[in-house]
Amino acid sequence: MSDLLDNTEEATKAVVAFLEKKSKSKTKFYLKDFYKVFPDDKPRMIKKVVNKMVEREILEYWSSGSTTMYGLKGAGIQHSSEGEE
Amino acid sequence: MAKHETPLLDQLESGPWPSFVSDLKAQAERRAKNEEGIEFQIPSDTVDDLLGILELSFKHGRTHWKHGGIVGVFGYGGGVIGRYCDQPQAFPGVEHFHTMRVNQPAGKYYTTDYLRTLTKLWDFRGSGITNMHGATGDIILLGTTTPQIEEIFHTLTHDMGQDLGGSGSNLRTPADCLGQSRCEYSCYDTNAMVYFLTNEYQDELHRPAFPYKFKFKLDGCPNCCVASIARSDMSFIGTWRDDIRVDQDAVNKYVENDAAYPANAGAFRGSKDWGPFDLEKEVLGLCPTKCMKFENQKLSIDNANCTRCMHCINVMPRALKIGKETGCSILVGAKAPILDGAQMGSLLVPFVEVNPDNDYEAITEVIENVWDWWMEEGKNRERLGELIMRQGFQKLLEVTGIKAQPQHVQYPRTNPYIFWKEDEVEGGWERDVEEYRKHHQR
Ligand code: HEM
Ligand code: HEM
Ligand code: SF4
Ligand code: SF4
Repeated sequence: MSDLLDNTEEATKAVVAFLEKKSKSKTKFYLKDFYKVFPDDKPRMIKKVVNKMVEREILEYWSSGSTTMYGLKGAGIQHSSEGEE
Repeated sequence: MAKHETPLLDQLESGPWPSFVSDLKAQAERRAKNEEGIEFQIPSDTVDDLLGILELSFKHGRTHWKHGGIVGVFGYGGGVIGRYCDQPQAFPGVEHFHTMRVNQPAGKYYTTDYLRTLTKLWDFRGSGITNMHGATGDIILLGTTTPQIEEIFHTLTHDMGQDLGGSGSNLRTPADCLGQSRCEYSCYDTNAMVYFLTNEYQDELHRPAFPYKFKFKLDGCPNCCVASIARSDMSFIGTWRDDIRVDQDAVNKYVENDAAYPANAGAFRGSKDWGPFDLEKEVLGLCPTKCMKFENQKLSIDNANCTRCMHCINVMPRALKIGKETGCSILVGAKAPILDGAQMGSLLVPFVEVNPDNDYEAITEVIENVWDWWMEEGKNRERLGELIMRQGFQKLLEVTGIKAQPQHVQYPRTNPYIFWKEDEVEGGWERDVEEYRKHHQR
């Protein structure tokens, strides 16, 4: 695991900064979008850390039933169609 | 008296089949009467409004459900699927109509007490409508409101020892046939393995991990009662690598039409007169690989050419049995027709041992190699089967470290080209020009 991903505080900061930067155009993201934030890490490790951020209520899930996306808690519409903010 | 007029739905009841409309009407009436005195925690007319909004959708020719949302239980990224309607003023009973998936037990064994407790909970905190079972295998509880979700989860986990299933980009609840618990054809204990996989991959089951959904299904033999070959990204189908066991005396009893040896275990008896059993026509002639012979009252099978289709065993279960060296085949990439049409699973591992004593090591290794590849390379919302089509089966063999073998080939010689990689060719792409010119002039 990279130092960045291993450091809860720094990892959270990086994820929040990434989401805030994009928040004008989008509020919901695929897991894969976070791979860019942690280019040196394996998807399985990134998934663990990002899911922990949901548990800590920094992020929240949005699910269509078949696909799951992530967003900053409270950002965007709570229930809407995919691709519609 | 029904709350909404539903002439279009009523028409659906006129066919010869049982109708879900009749069921929903009965349930709406049951809730209206409430003879059991249930303290409904969601609107008592939920089911009336469900019928009402469905009627409206038929009238308008468009759906009035929104798709998806943020609902779930704390710490879980799956198991609850948010559904909201876009006409809450007219149909307040279905303003929220969330689905909960409950992880069905291995082999779907229940006690009546369990079922009563579950349906009681669902009458109390939900619509009372269930789907036993959904395509994933789960018990599906259809229709509740957001505030009920945590309450239901609490009762399920604390009072019933019952977990939710998977949804979204998670591992979906693994599903199996009843396997060795009831079935003599089963080549491994599907219930034990489904239980193991469910526990081993709890994190993947409850928290999104993947580009899209991922399903495991387990069949004890190639009869494929849970249709794993068509309905799961990774299917585990029981098989054997030695020979079909033949009891020649019993074969001859079938041939003699002995009443105690009915063909197909008597399954078609009484449907119509099928005439006397004909081994040649009904077994040898239908063997897909034509690998059986019956001469001098002796049945012989060329087992190297038998594809383990189960046909002969199904027809003469008292005479033929699965082999003794059993394990399973692993197939990958089946999916529904959302992109590129429906796809059946492709055979990845022809035979692997199923060994609970080493925690199914040989199987989890394949699973994890496949996941690593798909998580890395899969596009958002791309199923494993689509990734295999996009990057090629050869790539899959490479990432799983499995050697190509004849069982991987469906149609031989349809492609005359072979593209070698440098490391597959002795000496690679480099050549020694000096050496070459010793033998060839410029
Ligand atoms: C014409 C109407 C509909 C179509 C064509 C449709 C199609 C689909 C499809 C293709 C899936 C599978 C998605 C996947 O897992 O990849 C799905 C899942 C689902 N749909 Fe619908 N749907 C329709 C209406 C509805 C309605 C009215 C509801 C509920 C109010 C609903 C609730 C669900 C749920 C809860 C799932 C997830 C179930 C599962 O994955 O097994 N759908 N739908
Ligand atoms: C093991 C030996 C050989 C193999 C595997 C082989 C394979 C092939 C293949 C695959 C092609 C088609 C290439 C393409 O479609 O672009 C081809 C074309 C051709 N080969 Fe060979 N070849 C062999 C030996 C030879 C020899 C010894 C000669 C003549 C001395 C020869 C003459 C040709 C010619 C003239 C063509 C072109 C035909 C055309 O214009 O379509 N080949 N060969
Ligand atoms: S798949 Fe095979 S083992 Fe499982 S229940 Fe069906 S016939 Fe029996
Ligand atoms: S299992 Fe199928 S392929 Fe094998 S011998 Fe029987 S009928 Fe033929």
